[in-house]
Amino acid sequence: MFKKKKAASPEPPDPETSPATELVETAKPGEAAEPAPRKRGAFAFLRAGLEKTRAGLRSLFGLREKLDENTLARIEEELFVADFGPKMVEQLIEGEAGLRAAWKRGEIEQQDQVLEFLKSRLKAMLSHKDLSLREAPQPPTIYLIAGVNGTGKTTSIAKLAHRLLEEGNKVLLAAADTFRAAAVEQLTIWSQRLGIGIVTGEANSDPASVAFKGVERARQEGIDCLIVDTAGRLHTDKNLMRELKKIREVLARKVPGAPQESLLVLDGTNGQNAIQQAEVFKREIDVSGIILTKLDGTAKGGVVFAIHERLEIPVKLVGIGEQLPDLIPFDPGQFVDALFEK
Amino acid sequence: MFESLTRRFSDIWGRLRNRKITAGNVQETLRDIRVALLEADVALPVVKDFLVKVEQKALGEEVLKGVNPGQQFVETVYRELAELMGPVDSRIPAVKPGPTIILMAGLQGSGKTTTCAKLALLLKKQGRRPLLVAADIQRPAAIDQLKILGAQIGAPVFSEADIKPPQICQHAIRHARENDLDPVILDTAGRLHIDEEMMREVKEVAHLAQPHEIFLVVDAMVGQDAVRSARDFNEQLELTGVILTKLDGDARGGAALSVKSITGKPIKFAGVGEKVEGGLEEFRPEGMAQRILGFGDVISLVQKARQVIDEKEAAALQERLLSNTFTFDDFLNQLRRVRQMGNFKDLLKMLPGMGGFVDQMDIDDQELVRIEAIIQSMTTKERTRPEILNTSRRDRIASGSGSERQQVDDLIRQFTAMKKMMDQMTQVGGKGPLGKIKDLFQAKKKLSNINEMMANLAKADPEIARAQKAQRAAAQGPSREELRRRRKLERQNRRRQRRY
Repeated sequence: MFKKKKAASPEPPDPETSPATELVETAKPGEAAEPAPRKRGAFAFLRAGLEKTRAGLRSLFGLREKLDENTLARIEEELFVADFGPKMVEQLIEGEAGLRAAWKRGEIEQQDQVLEFLKSRLKAMLSHKDLSLREAPQPPTIYLIAGVNGTGKTTSIAKLAHRLLEEGNKVLLAAADTFRAAAVEQLTIWSQRLGIGIVTGEANSDPASVAFKGVERARQEGIDCLIVDTAGRLHTDKNLMRELKKIREVLARKVPGAPQESLLVLDGTNGQNAIQQAEVFKREIDVSGIILTKLDGTAKGGVVFAIHERLEIPVKLVGIGEQLPDLIPFDPGQFVDALFEK
Repeated sequence: MFESLTRRFSDIWGRLRNRKITAGNVQETLRDIRVALLEADVALPVVKDFLVKVEQKALGEEVLKGVNPGQQFVETVYRELAELMGPVDSRIPAVKPGPTIILMAGLQGSGKTTTCAKLALLLKKQGRRPLLVAADIQRPAAIDQLKILGAQIGAPVFSEADIKPPQICQHAIRHARENDLDPVILDTAGRLHIDEEMMREVKEVAHLAQPHEIFLVVDAMVGQDAVRSARDFNEQLELTGVILTKLDGDARGGAALSVKSITGKPIKFAGVGEKVEGGLEEFRPEGMAQRILGFGDVISLVQKARQVIDEKEAAALQERLLSNTFTFDDFLNQLRRVRQMGNFKDLLKMLPGMGGFVDQMDIDDQELVRIEAIIQSMTTKERTRPEILNTSRRDRIASGSGSERQQVDDLIRQFTAMKKMMDQMTQVGGKGPLGKIKDLFQAKKKLSNINEMMANLAKADPEIARAQKAQRAAAQGPSREELRRRRKLERQNRRRQRRY
């Protein structure tokens, strides 16, 4: 998904009447995946969001001076500030394939070589996984969306639905967040803006039943993609994690192979706790990918490197703004370049 | 895989005990602490600052006496941590003439709307009449969310369609004045600190509303970026305080240290749990430092208990306990009180030594719901005289409450045992507010078989034994009375546990 466009794509909601067009601005259906035609290309967004990192690192790496302990210490600090976390920083600097070892071996001698060295290492870390969204052999393809409170699940779902719509899919939402006040209303508003169907349940009803109803309706109506929203929950809450697991199991029982993706929405401003979140969510619902949000701020999201390394969960999508098209496929090369580009 | 700061500190203590602190080994330890703090997401500049202070203290005269260097060093760490995060004054005085205006700001998803409702409820309990103002017109259904929460806690919510937030707030303040509502809590949209347009809007709100308090709501899970966003908000808005949210998670809350030292503005409240009831506590730097260090947080627990337990009622209950006329009704009442205090797990986490282990335990709040159902299926007579509960009555109760017969039997057996136990307990200790809480705890523990779990856990995990040891060592830090009090509590606890 995301790579192809279906030939006979049914027209998304009428651009004249749908409020969605107000949010879409310059992006016309089918265009958002390509950064070039947009006024502010998707990658430019990503870069703009990561500007501060680059500024910080640029000042380090522009110099044609001999590498010394002082430089290593400064690089270490920069990586800390980018939320890479102590273990990752240690690995990058002191590890077997780290900066110090490369320096001692004579592979890098000057300060500006550090950049290329780091970039290639970081890219290598991120590029061994398939980053596209999996599809079911026969519709419906089911995406389960989960995460802790306030990471941007509902907004990301709207953006994901928008993207899938543009690719010509029939999309249905299941509002299985029956707990948070007005969560269903929030998703319903999005479904109206996008002109797509939504399955809801009573407040505080069993979220698994909403997911169940979602699958039923998706089958009846020949839906291509069903996106299941779930309530935000802290990974430390055993009961709520069990509830989430149940939702996944209901989906799996109903459709073999479902959900095709269990996507964890991670707040890009989070620090090292994101690793614990990813670990627990992976254990409970076998997370297949991460949606990294809020990259339009000043946070760098460096913690995803540790998550990628230790838990082998790839980032699949990144949220880079508040508009509907601002959810783009994760591109490791671009991401790393954007971190360090001069 | 990923140790919590608490555990990190336990490791460090383990290494420090029985060793004198020298300039040499303090460097190593400082490096460990640095890593631990960074893992806790304390911002790098703050970490550096902190380490300088700790090092100065650690190498000072005090430590050179060398009575027990490990304990003294931990004490220094603890005191410095607490000092960095304090002092706290969480009062929100009513201004004359009213209304007192409180502005809540923060990044998206930090928990502003929930925190607004929690704060409103807290102030309502202090006898005030808060007005919630839905000034978030960005996020779909944010207004609905606040309205639902307002209805839950019985606080009016002001909202207005088709006008801008600054005007909404102005109208809301007028409305509050006319209706004698005080304070006014303004829930603004989440915004990025670098979004100039949105920052201008919130500044305009502040300019027109002239708030007496401006709180920045900060997610406890936030990373290094906490420093930047807090600084930007502080520069634009002249914050008066900070509210730290999502502390019921396992994030070590390094943001607390960062935000406090960068903005210099006090952290006033801590948000725990999604439930509005009992979901906002006064922030206590000592408690936070203790929590970080794995001491537990007894004081916060007592404060919580005071809010929901009426002294007179407690005395009456004590009376009934002593005269052995404790009934299922009393029990139900107690159960509800405990539940009012919030999520059971959060409560447990406050107990010393429980910090890191609660997460591994399986505690089901639903269990309490079922117990309530069973008791409610009993007749008044049955509740006061459990001994009349024969087979047919028990069967009726089981089907009436939708439980298994076995579950009913279990509850009755546990109740009888508890009654006996409480009888003994009230004769020995159980006096004073903490004693009462302990009673409640013992009752609940019994019901969810936590003791058993704890025993198994302690057996299975040498880490626990070690941390408890470390905690005892660290307990030397606080004053002698505090220490004596803790030891006494611990002894009581052990005694009570042996009785099962």
